[in-house]
Amino acid sequence: MKDGTRAVSDPQPLHVIRGMKDLPSAHLLAGGTSMCAGCGGLQALHEVYDVLGAKTVFVNAAGCMTLLANYPFTPFRGSWLYTSMASAPAGAQGVRDALDILIAKRRIPPEEDLSAVVLTGDGAAYGMGLSATSAAIERGLDFLYLCYDNEGYGNTGQQASGATPHGARTATSGRGYAGFKKDLFAVWAAHRPAYAATVIGSEPVDLARKVEKAARIKGPRLILALAPCPTGWDYDPQETVEIGHLAMKCGIWPLREFENGRIVHTRTPHPRVPVEEYLRRQGRFRHLFEPQRDEQALAAIQAGVDAYWQSAG
Amino acid sequence: MTRKLLTGNVAAAWGARLADVDYVPAFPITPQTEIIETLARWYERGEAGGRLTMLESEHSMLTAAAAAAATGVRVFTATSSQGLLYAMEMMFAVPGWRAPFVLANVSRALATPITLEPDHTDVLAARDSGFLQIHCATCQEVLDSVLIAYRLAEHPRVRLPAIVNLDGFYLSFTREPVEIPEADAARDFLPPFEAGAVAFRASRPVSQAVAVLGGSPYSYFRYEAHLASLDALQAYDEIAADFGRRFGRHHPAVASYRADDAEVAFVMIGAFSTKAMEAVDRLREQGIAAGLVRPRLLRPFPVDALRKALLGRRALAVIDQNLSMGKGGVLATEIASALYGCRGAPVIASYVGGLGGRDIGPEEFYAMAAEARAAADAGQAPAPRLLYTAGELREVRKLQAIALAERHEAGAAT
Repeated sequence: MKDGTRAVSDPQPLHVIRGMKDLPSAHLLAGGTSMCAGCGGLQALHEVYDVLGAKTVFVNAAGCMTLLANYPFTPFRGSWLYTSMASAPAGAQGVRDALDILIAKRRIPPEEDLSAVVLTGDGAAYGMGLSATSAAIERGLDFLYLCYDNEGYGNTGQQASGATPHGARTATSGRGYAGFKKDLFAVWAAHRPAYAATVIGSEPVDLARKVEKAARIKGPRLILALAPCPTGWDYDPQETVEIGHLAMKCGIWPLREFENGRIVHTRTPHPRVPVEEYLRRQGRFRHLFEPQRDEQALAAIQAGVDAYWQSAG
Repeated sequence: MTRKLLTGNVAAAWGARLADVDYVPAFPITPQTEIIETLARWYERGEAGGRLTMLESEHSMLTAAAAAAATGVRVFTATSSQGLLYAMEMMFAVPGWRAPFVLANVSRALATPITLEPDHTDVLAARDSGFLQIHCATCQEVLDSVLIAYRLAEHPRVRLPAIVNLDGFYLSFTREPVEIPEADAARDFLPPFEAGAVAFRASRPVSQAVAVLGGSPYSYFRYEAHLASLDALQAYDEIAADFGRRFGRHHPAVASYRADDAEVAFVMIGAFSTKAMEAVDRLREQGIAAGLVRPRLLRPFPVDALRKALLGRRALAVIDQNLSMGKGGVLATEIASALYGCRGAPVIASYVGGLGGRDIGPEEFYAMAAEARAAADAGQAPAPRLLYTAGELREVRKLQAIALAERHEAGAAT
């Protein structure tokens, strides 16, 4: 442990990703999966997987992505283990510990090692799975935790989850969600993990840099991807990339990193576009604009974003 | 071979040690905790070569156990009662991974009311999970059954996880003389774990526990696991016979005591069956041909062995240390299902007793035997009975009266 964080640095130099041309050209995740058209989670997973490579075992928590591997087919070149909604980090613990034991006892050569990657939606990550995640971080488990955050229980029809933003209409909050989105990145940062980052598929260079960095660090690592969701957020699938851009530009989804005990913003939108430009593109916020504008709610959401960036300095 | 006084918990830990277990995901719960503390101490001192990881819940513990087994190491874990129920989602999920490991369950009664003392309602809640189940009556059996359970769980035709059950307090904290096999002899009986095709390796990607769409592939995998469990019946007999040859101790799927010529047989599982043995001896002294039949293997259910032991008896007193609310004793139902329609099937008298550690006294055994015999004479099974004495009821009523009086007094004072 260095600086009180749960990190072990790797002596290998970083492969520098400066722009789009440095991104991997080979794509590892096969097409034709059962995900919805325009799935922002799948977009992020594609980009993450290309950087991580196939020497991975995805330990899956119940969610949309559980249907990626569907007997007898899988889009993954590497390995897969479905666990449950609440205990995917414990599954990663079992796989990691077992591989360490096998290598230490020389029952398998080190080349047979794999990276344990938890693949979870926000429903599990922000709620039921939080206890198992917190414990895995405190144990210093060497794993990557990839959360595709579509801000609701998407697989069951977008009910409100711990990740649902204030004001969003969901299947269980027809007049807009009264609660406030939990800051899972901050929850992770409070555990002082080896690494934590927020990403979005619409910013592939930023995403690839972070995943590349995370892949070279040992210890608990978070990649938290906002996952625009056409079915859950109610917009046309072709707008996924644009809505992702707007999430970054309006500042509602800060792109940040936690490393060596510090939080750094990797993109500072300046000037920030008004948050309502992001909100009005999504049916889940339509009630804030029609039949009449809900000035109070819109102002509150904007004030929340402004306050975040003010405190971020 | 050394002979030592061991608690059931330490005997279970010795079983894991002699099985040369690689990995122990753990979580504490009374009365199981001594098992994981013992293993942790051995690993810390380097007396055994395993690794113990504390998880934050039994649900996670079971997930880590199965995930490690699916990665190709030999895994042991342990729990009790509420812990087993907290893990229940994974108890039903992981047998389908076909990654064998052993779970020691130290039986303890379930809430409500919350309590510490034993009965078998916890482990029977896992009856339909796909785990194999071996039930022990002595500390020696606990140690031996852990070794047998690994051989059985890892058998190429079986490949299912196994529970070794021991009663909380009566076995977990009771010291009995236990023969500890030599490490070499244990290793000869139980060779190192072969992961086979179920293992995560960089050179050989596998997908485990994937989703299916539709009842046809779903049924296929459920039937596969069920048939593997049934295959464990024959495998068990072979393994137990081999164990007997090597160590001189015999642990058949269905154990019996003076049952061959018995007119009336007690049928029960777990440590309280030793009380039944005592009752059998006393009844025999009075000229009553009593016996005891004790299934050690509950899953898979040894139907043939039970028929062999039970057909020809006139009457059975099935004593359940569990309660399926709205039905009665689970074991009575299971035994009845094994014997129904068979020629020479005995009359079955069903008793629920020993809940939450409540004792079953000698007089109760005698009364059950008498009632079962009378039922056989009448050719009519009696109504199921809940063992409870008038004295016990008086005690509970007295406590309630005291509590009520104190509440009145407190109310009057304010």
